[in-house]
Parts: sequence; C-alpha cells; structure tokens
Amino acid sequence: MATLEAANHLSVRRRRLRRETTLTFWLMVSPLVLGLLIFTFAPIVWGFLVSLFESRGTVSLKQFVGLANYQEILTDRAYLRSLVFISQFSVFMVPMTYLLSLLLAVLVQNASFLKGFFRTVFFMPTAISYVIAAMIWRMSIFSGLPYGLANMVSWVVFKADPLAWIGTVRPPLHFVVLISVRLWLQVGFYMIIFIAGMQDIPRELYEAAQVDGAQSKWTLFRYITFPLLRNTSIFVVLLNMIHAFQAFAEFYNILGTTWTGGALLSLARPPLVYLYQIAMGQQYYGRGTAGAFVLSALMIIATLIQSRLTGGMGREA
Amino acid sequence: MQKLGSVVLHILLIFMAILFLTPLYVLLRNALMTDPQITSWDWSWFAIPPHWENFKDLFADIFVPMANGFKNSTLIAISTVVLETAFACTAGYALARVPAKANGLVLGFILSTMLVPGTALFVPRFVLIAKMGWVNTIQGLIVPGVFNAFHTFMFRQYFLNFPRELEDAGRVDGLGYFGIFSRIALPNAWPIIIALGSLTLVNSWNSFLWPLLIGQGREWWTVQVNLSTYLTAQVVVLRLAFAGAFLGALPMLVAFFFLQRYIAEGITRTGIKG
Repeated sequence: MATLEAANHLSVRRRRLRRETTLTFWLMVSPLVLGLLIFTFAPIVWGFLVSLFESRGTVSLKQFVGLANYQEILTDRAYLRSLVFISQFSVFMVPMTYLLSLLLAVLVQNASFLKGFFRTVFFMPTAISYVIAAMIWRMSIFSGLPYGLANMVSWVVFKADPLAWIGTVRPPLHFVVLISVRLWLQVGFYMIIFIAGMQDIPRELYEAAQVDGAQSKWTLFRYITFPLLRNTSIFVVLLNMIHAFQAFAEFYNILGTTWTGGALLSLARPPLVYLYQIAMGQQYYGRGTAGAFVLSALMIIATLIQSRLTGGMGREA
Repeated sequence: MQKLGSVVLHILLIFMAILFLTPLYVLLRNALMTDPQITSWDWSWFAIPPHWENFKDLFADIFVPMANGFKNSTLIAISTVVLETAFACTAGYALARVPAKANGLVLGFILSTMLVPGTALFVPRFVLIAKMGWVNTIQGLIVPGVFNAFHTFMFRQYFLNFPRELEDAGRVDGLGYFGIFSRIALPNAWPIIIALGSLTLVNSWNSFLWPLLIGQGREWWTVQVNLSTYLTAQVVVLRLAFAGAFLGALPMLVAFFFLQRYIAEGITRTGIKG
C-alpha cells in the first residue's frame, strides 16, 4: 500500500516535471518560432495570394486573375533575360570565388612570416558594404576617365588609352567591374572557412604521407588537403551560389543612375533588380510576387540538385 | 626547388595583399581630397594637406541627412544584434537540451525555413509588411530581420557539444532548464555569441535592399541608403561621397579587426563549414 502510494506520488511528480519541461521548451523557442511564422511563412502565404490577384498600386487583394501573373512573368522577355543573365553571372562567379578563396587560404597557411597580417588583409573587405564598394569601384577605380585607377595603371604600364569600363556593350567591360567587386567583398570570408577546414585535417595524415615518400607540397595538397576539404567545398559553393543569385546592391549602385534613366541596367540586370523595378517602380505587386516565387523555386531546385549530386551536405567525406 | 616555390608564394602573397588593400587606400585618399584633386589627371598618392573639412561639410549637406543616417543605422544594428542573438541563443539551447516531445518537430520547422531564399522573396515580404502598415517605421526596419534560423541551428550545434558535467552541477543545485541555460550555458557561450553576433552586426549595418524598401522617407534613410543617393544623384560631390563612405566603413572595419579571431574560431568550432 505504502509502495503503491509512493509510486503514484512519483508518477504525479514525473508528469508535473514533464509538463514543466514542455512549458519551458515552448517558452524558450516561441519568440523565434512565432517570428519565423510571421516573417518567413506568412509572406509566402500572403504573397502567393497576392500573386493570384491583379494587385497593382495596392498591396491588397484586388481582382482575382488566377495564374495570369505567372503567365505574364514567364513570357516577359526582360525577366527571362534576367534569369539567363544571373545564371551566366553565377557560372563565372562561383568557380572564381571558389578558386581565389582556396588559393588565398593555401597562400596564407603556407606563409612563413606575417601570417596573421595577410589573413587580416584578405578578410577585412568582408566588413565593407556593397554600396561603399560600388562607390569605390564606380567613382574611382573603374571610372571611365583617365583619373580612374584602372585607366591610370594601364596607361603607365601599357600606354593604353583610357577605357569606358561601365556602359559599353562590346566589349562588356562592366563584367570585369561587377565580378571584381563581388570577389573583393566575398573571398576573405570563404578563405576563413577554408582555413578552418584545413585546420581540422589531422597532422598525422601529412606525416604519414611524408613517410610514404610524398615530398612535394603539391602532392600533399592534391592527395590530402583537397579531398578532405570536400564538405567545406560543398558548403562554400552552395552558399556562394545562393548569394550570387540574389545579387542586387552592386548592380543597383554601379549601373543604376538617374542621369541615364536606368538605361545602363538593361546591360546587366539581375532578377532582383528587375523585380524591384516592377514592384517598387511600377507598383505591380501581383506580378512582382509571382516573379519572386519563380526565382525562389529555381533556387530551391538548384540547391536540391546540387545536394543530390554531391551526396548531401551532412555526409562525412 | 622548394626554395623557389617559397619565393614565388611570398611574392604572390604580397601582390595579392597590395591588390586587396588598394580599394581601402583609395577610399581614405579620396575622403581627404577636394573634387579637383580626386579627378586630376595627374595622380597624387596622398592628400596633402588632408582636407578634414570634408567630414564637417558632410554633416552639413542639406540633401543627404547623414547624421540622421548614422543614428538610424546604429539603432537598427544594435537592436538587431541584441534581439537576434537572444532569440537564436535561447531557442538553440532549448533545441539542444530541453527534452520536449515537440523538439524534433520544431527543429524540422526551423531547418525547413532555411531552404527559403530570404532575399529573393523580398517582394512578398514587403507586401506583407506594407499591409501591416510598417513602411517607414522603426519596427519595419528592425523586426523582420531578427529571426535567424541558421544562427539558431549554429547555437544548437554549439550547445550539443557543451560538456554535460557542468550542467549536472547546476541541476544538483536545484536549477531548472532555464536556470542552467542562463547561469551556466550562456556565460560559457561567449565565443560563439561574439562570432555570430559580429556577423549579424556587419550584415545589419551593411544591408541595403530592405532599408531601401522600408525606410522610404528621408528621416528613415540608413547610412547605406544615404550613400547610395550620392551615387544616383545628378551632380556627384565626390569628396562628400567618399568622406561618408569612409565614416560608414570605419565602425565595421574596427569591429572586424578586433573580432576576427572570434569569427574564425566560431566558424571552426560550430562547423559552419558543414
């Protein structure tokens, strides 16, 4: 009798404890979960509704049009061109970022002096905003006038005439400007990730390889470092691709100006800039949301394909 | 052969370092020059004498409310860092250590939101925020950006590796889950808090698209939006643009310079690299 009562008592206490645990759990996660529901999920739901309506000049649901917005955006040549453009941009951007950040990581790791200094120099641009970098690039380094640093250097070194870096169709020199600015801003961050990955590789592997006769640093890199950076590489490529597809600020600030009426932007217009023009310029929210969903779907598909090809992010190499 | 390789490596390293420092040098150089000096066909390496009055004139420019921009950006960045870290850290701990039934479900929900490309969906998000009447409000600029699924996941990973023995000591002392979190786990989580917090700080300070959409009225312009108006203006005053850009970059350069060690360590420890 006494034991039964004690057992009963224990189970009541255990149940109360479990209830308290559940309550604590929900109190601790609810700010985040509610926030994600309101600011990540609700926009998808509300935005999807808006995309089924005319919604021009208003963010409310005005006149149901079904899938007309999707049909319009998918037959809109300018939008399709922007999707093609951002794919080309990523095809350039992702491998270049990958190779340069890996190269910097290898260089820094093998430096025999001022290692910390070099790492800091390459990492610092990560702290700079796209707007500020766009200003330096457009107004000073790649200014089309002879005082622009790129033109000045090419004059001093090659006696070359000044080039208009931004605004010519052939050759499309603005590509140099747009790609170099993004590289400068990003590679330091990915370099740090590569360095972190390299530090995770056990020393013994290198020692064992050296005992086995692998002498040159290239051999060690080729057969140990590079294969063991597989997971790091997958992460870097994936993150970089997602960022490249969502490019906005440098295009807006390097190519967009009032004095050309935005004409330069038609040279190289990423989807986000085009959607900005539709949604904010023309206030055509229905079509803008439809375009945003099309882009997001493409990105999710690309992400899934990549993780399928590489066997998923979580798997150990 | 090895020696030659080493020489080539160091020459390449120095060349890259000069290349990477050049834009920062240009930024400082132009910030201290007059417009004729900046656009002179005769390149001069240093602003002699430095025109410090550019900074004074910057804040006196009636077209670009720069001082107010710094006020807005500071308020937004600090609130974002504090709120984002608090929410992500608390939820991350609960996911790692509080054994509730819904744990797996909530984790799955959070991970699923990571698949949604945040920036690409700026139109639907803007549409909802506008419907809520949050355009040109401080909450519209701050609140949508403080819920970070990725950082929550990072905190969870960090707390999963946290030594249980330390927490057991607290349990013996009669602390509940929240008590153990706030008194034991949190004070030991500074490295990751600083690492993720400084990334949040820089992202918030440097963000452009969202403030451009939400802070449409001049009184809501942030530093970045202000600087962008220098770029898109009909007549560009270079010295003011660069003086503003220099001041806009300085706080983050200083922060990253001192915090980079923590950022690097945070990346290593949490396995951000996957």
